[in-house]
Amino acid sequence: MTVRTLVLTGFGINCDYETEWAFRGAGSDAQRVHLNDLIGRPALLDGFHILAIPGGFSFGDDIASGKILANRLRYKFGEPLLKFIADGKLAIGICNGFQVAVKMGLLPLFNGALTQEVTLTNNDSGRFENRWVNLRTDPGTRCVWLKGITQITLPVRHGEGKFIPREEAVLEKLRAQGQVALRYCRSDGSPVGEVFPANPNGSVDDIAGICDPTGRIFGLMPHPEAHVVRTQHPRWFREALRPEGDGLQIFRNAVEYVNWRLS
Amino acid sequence: MAHRIEVAMKGHLADPIGQGVKKRLAEDLGIEVEDVRVVDVYTIDADLNAGELERLRAELFTDPVIQDSVVDHSLLCDYSHIVEVGFRPGVTDNVGKSSAEAVADTLGRSLRPGEGVYKSTLFAFTGKTTQLTCDRIARDLLANGLIQRWVIRSREEMAGLHGESLLGLPIVTERSDPVVHEINLGLTDEQLVALSRGRMLALELDELRAIQSYYRDPQVRAERARQGLGAQPTDIELEILAQTWSEHCKHKIFNATIQFTDADGSTRTIDSLFRTYVKAATDAVAKNVDWLVSVFHDNAGIIRFDDAWNFALKVETHNSPSALDPYGGAITGIVGVNRDILGAGLGCRCIFNTDVFCFASPFYDGEIPPRLFHPRRVLRGVHQGVKDGGNQSGIPNLNGAIVFHERFLGKPLVFCGTGGLIPATVAGRASHEKRANPGDLIVMCGGRVGKDGIHGATFSSEELHEGSPATAVQIGDPITQKKLVDFLLEARDLGLFNCITDNGAGGLSSSVGEMARKPGGAEVHLERVPLKYAGLAPWEIFLSEAQERMTLAVSPVQIRDFLALAERRAVEATVLGNFTDSGRLECFYEGKLIGALRMEFLHEGLPKMRLKARWKPPKLLREPLIEGNDLASALKAVLGSLNVCSKEVFVRMYDHEVMGQSVLKQFYGVDNDGPGDAGVIRPVPGSSRGLAVACGICPKYSDLDTYRMMACAVDEAMRNLICVGAKLGRIAGLDNFCWPDPVQSEKAPDGEYKLAQLVRCCQALYDVCVAYGIPLISGKDSMKNDYKIGDTKISIPPTVLFTAVAILDDVSKVVTMDVKRPGDRVYAVGETRDEMGGSEYLALFGQVGTTVPTLEPSRALALYERLSQAIEAGLVASCHDCSDGGLGVALAESAFAGGFGMNLDITPLGFDSNAVALFSESPSRFVVTVVPDKAADFEALLRSHPVTGLGEVISEKVFRLRGYGGVNLKVALGELKEAWQKTLRW
Repeated sequence: MTVRTLVLTGFGINCDYETEWAFRGAGSDAQRVHLNDLIGRPALLDGFHILAIPGGFSFGDDIASGKILANRLRYKFGEPLLKFIADGKLAIGICNGFQVAVKMGLLPLFNGALTQEVTLTNNDSGRFENRWVNLRTDPGTRCVWLKGITQITLPVRHGEGKFIPREEAVLEKLRAQGQVALRYCRSDGSPVGEVFPANPNGSVDDIAGICDPTGRIFGLMPHPEAHVVRTQHPRWFREALRPEGDGLQIFRNAVEYVNWRLS
Repeated sequence: MAHRIEVAMKGHLADPIGQGVKKRLAEDLGIEVEDVRVVDVYTIDADLNAGELERLRAELFTDPVIQDSVVDHSLLCDYSHIVEVGFRPGVTDNVGKSSAEAVADTLGRSLRPGEGVYKSTLFAFTGKTTQLTCDRIARDLLANGLIQRWVIRSREEMAGLHGESLLGLPIVTERSDPVVHEINLGLTDEQLVALSRGRMLALELDELRAIQSYYRDPQVRAERARQGLGAQPTDIELEILAQTWSEHCKHKIFNATIQFTDADGSTRTIDSLFRTYVKAATDAVAKNVDWLVSVFHDNAGIIRFDDAWNFALKVETHNSPSALDPYGGAITGIVGVNRDILGAGLGCRCIFNTDVFCFASPFYDGEIPPRLFHPRRVLRGVHQGVKDGGNQSGIPNLNGAIVFHERFLGKPLVFCGTGGLIPATVAGRASHEKRANPGDLIVMCGGRVGKDGIHGATFSSEELHEGSPATAVQIGDPITQKKLVDFLLEARDLGLFNCITDNGAGGLSSSVGEMARKPGGAEVHLERVPLKYAGLAPWEIFLSEAQERMTLAVSPVQIRDFLALAERRAVEATVLGNFTDSGRLECFYEGKLIGALRMEFLHEGLPKMRLKARWKPPKLLREPLIEGNDLASALKAVLGSLNVCSKEVFVRMYDHEVMGQSVLKQFYGVDNDGPGDAGVIRPVPGSSRGLAVACGICPKYSDLDTYRMMACAVDEAMRNLICVGAKLGRIAGLDNFCWPDPVQSEKAPDGEYKLAQLVRCCQALYDVCVAYGIPLISGKDSMKNDYKIGDTKISIPPTVLFTAVAILDDVSKVVTMDVKRPGDRVYAVGETRDEMGGSEYLALFGQVGTTVPTLEPSRALALYERLSQAIEAGLVASCHDCSDGGLGVALAESAFAGGFGMNLDITPLGFDSNAVALFSESPSRFVVTVVPDKAADFEALLRSHPVTGLGEVISEKVFRLRGYGGVNLKVALGELKEAWQKTLRW
């Protein structure tokens, strides 16, 4: 069947084109849709299986990264979005999209309610930085987007990527429910221990990505759509790499999941 | 009533922004404080009840996980002093503007007219602070008085206050009456000049006289009388002429007739530098290339990328605004050049940015003349502006440089470049062709108009002086522009407009005036222009350079669809009038004609400038070459010099991978920190075709010889492209001239000499581009880069940035500069000569030298052809350009980028001076490494060229070198890299 992906665009989202290409590369019929068109006609979402909120600088990251878009989605699109999730469909928030997801409470979505439990804020360095990081999938995660992936290399490009839970109990719950999806790690896969630059922003417990309790909603700071072909890797010309980029499998997992479970 | 919401990190959490301020206070100002906390302040000037305010606080302005906040109270109580910084009235407040939108979302209703949200920031200092230190902190670090204001309060002074606004609301209250004045031109020459200076017109006497006689022409008078206009110009007419005729818009110096006297006394006349050298070079090369699509007559040069796509390139400077406000000037520069690309053809999509900055040393410890900033502050501000502009627009940074010279203290140079892509055909039309037709509607899209940026074009056509206007400074708004870009690309693909151009210098007067040339006239109704605030005179509306606006020509049959799409994309679009074939540019205000100018006079009436240039070679001081036995220290010192050292700290803060097209980034090697020669992208998904982008710039040679300076700059850009695998015949160039005032006058007593430097520079540009087969596809000049206040005059060294771009057939064949494996042979390719003039090595001793590197284009070209064949054949493991710092630097960089040492012997180069062998900066050279079993093929292919085997790559992390006279060098690789990185590790 045709797996259809809606890639959100507008108001400063700027990784929409490459996110669309990444989903297409993974076999999905992906389409960029402007936020105003979606809010104007929420039923549009019914025709899609996957929703992607790409990276960018929605509303300039003014007030706080992702905040204004998060509020707009929550107020004007909260119900259709929760119904989409309840229908067993998939969603991903990448970088700014992840910031949007946590600020509107779409992640970690503990009790099916849009409540903010964690945040993503200024990097410890106080700077926006673009650098490549190593990432390891938490072995106990329920995240369907990471199936079969143990360790990958992706770029981070953000100034506000430091993951902080509201309180220790939130972190415990995330761990207990298999919602910690991805952690920054060293090149040999060993834990970083919250040290720069392997952990590029000071995230608590080196957390780079989390999912909802079902594993179908995934948010992460690194950019999988920026590593779908080999030549995007910073050392492709001097290292033996796989012919495809590490990020592509993430999109493929989603497409395969839809094919398996939703067809 | 205004309400104030204060938000800050919870007390037990670290405050990285506050920590950053603390660090910079210590580093930049030498002020130590115990702690800095930052409070974001949102002042909401609206009629809201307590419940609404609480909702806004909790749901919008506060992150409940990490922040505390209060409404109409003070959040902090533990500090010694606070400094609150906010914008002056009328300055773009991006956060305030977004917040107003978000407030509407939260409340479920829009703010009423006159209501607004304003952002300010409160810095709370703990420690031994005083009113005086805080004032210095505010002035020299936190705020720029030109665009911001601040208040300082001690804790005691704050005790009696309960969250009242300290700054007051930044509302524009100053109003110009919407009245049109006539300007009497019945003046003497002296009075005309005084008029020009007084109104910031920047017109020369000849030009003022031409305007005078236009208004005296009986035909013109009769025509004006018929239209109900007086015999004298109205203010708007005079202002339109001044903008359109400005150096910035008309490039008067590049189009002047120049009487050039050479060193031997012989003279010749040059009729336009632009036509004689720049355009002539392209015309000469154009016969041999078939990929030029549109050069010199659009907002950017356009060439063919492949059968389906065209590529556009433009580089602009934004020097004068960046001198007054480094952040605002730079961000406006980058989003401005983005609009040039959006306005090229029927609208290109931006795919990369380049940035090149020229500053004085950030370690400068002398006096700072009035109205200038310390170079460190200029560097930080400019960098942050370019960073925010590029990152927020989602356009990757691909290539750049930071160049240092003491005379950039007088004016920093900020070059912002952008490349764009457009389908060759859009909506059934060739995308590079566009024209407004009579009857088409004039539509302005994007931001609103305020007093910001009035007189930008004329301001940048003068030196920086006491009266340089603060209104010339603006702050770009990348998000408003991003919305505009998204909308216009959609409208383009639907074929909803006929012509598009940017509103840059001169604002609407320039965009409408320019677009009206083809139809032959326009009629504009200025009261229809949406304003940021009331109180602008009609001429101010027409001239304002308020940002984020494009002007389009839309056919009346498409206007409904066009405006409907604009509304769906939340972009403001307004019909201002229509294009005509009346032969006149006509401006109306509330139904009354307030100005009319004949198109012919507006565009062709400018008298040609006549200038004199006199070349006299400079007297150069011969000094003995200082040479020691400690080669390791010399190499480390050159690696650490400002022009050579790593700029990674700055580049990392740019997003260089958004859009997902990256192939070669700025830094590469085993630890991703070696300096790349050229950026490479693969812009069309699924295609292996790529673009390589590089630049050359060497103002350090200008005082010695601008001919060689220009030749070396073109060669440097060319070499950088050859390094990564570009082929001859596939390279296009773009020139950006930045010159000190070359027009002889009281202000510029050496103008004739500076103009002669310019002539020689243009000659070199022509000679080298024709020899190399590089067409110039676009360019720009900025001719008044001087500072003069009181007796202090600082003129920049004549500078040309040469940007070059190559189309690559297959990006998988690119080569990088990092050595790949132990055992590979190391070669110096190209001839090293004793050319130490202007070198980084001599600069270490405060010397300039005499022998500037001399380019031999035909020999260089033959070498490049062979080297690129070797790269194409896969014979080359690494290839690095040899430029600032010479062979020594190129060898060291290649080694530490790859993470392997080298064992070298430089005596085969045949010098009796190790300093010359290692640090001479002869052009047309490379450091190349080759796998041993390919070495014979490589040597055979380049056998008729100067190729010297110097040794091999070794696994040991040591850089070992045998020099002349028994002097050897052995130094750990890590030490070399540290020397290179530590200078600007901020």
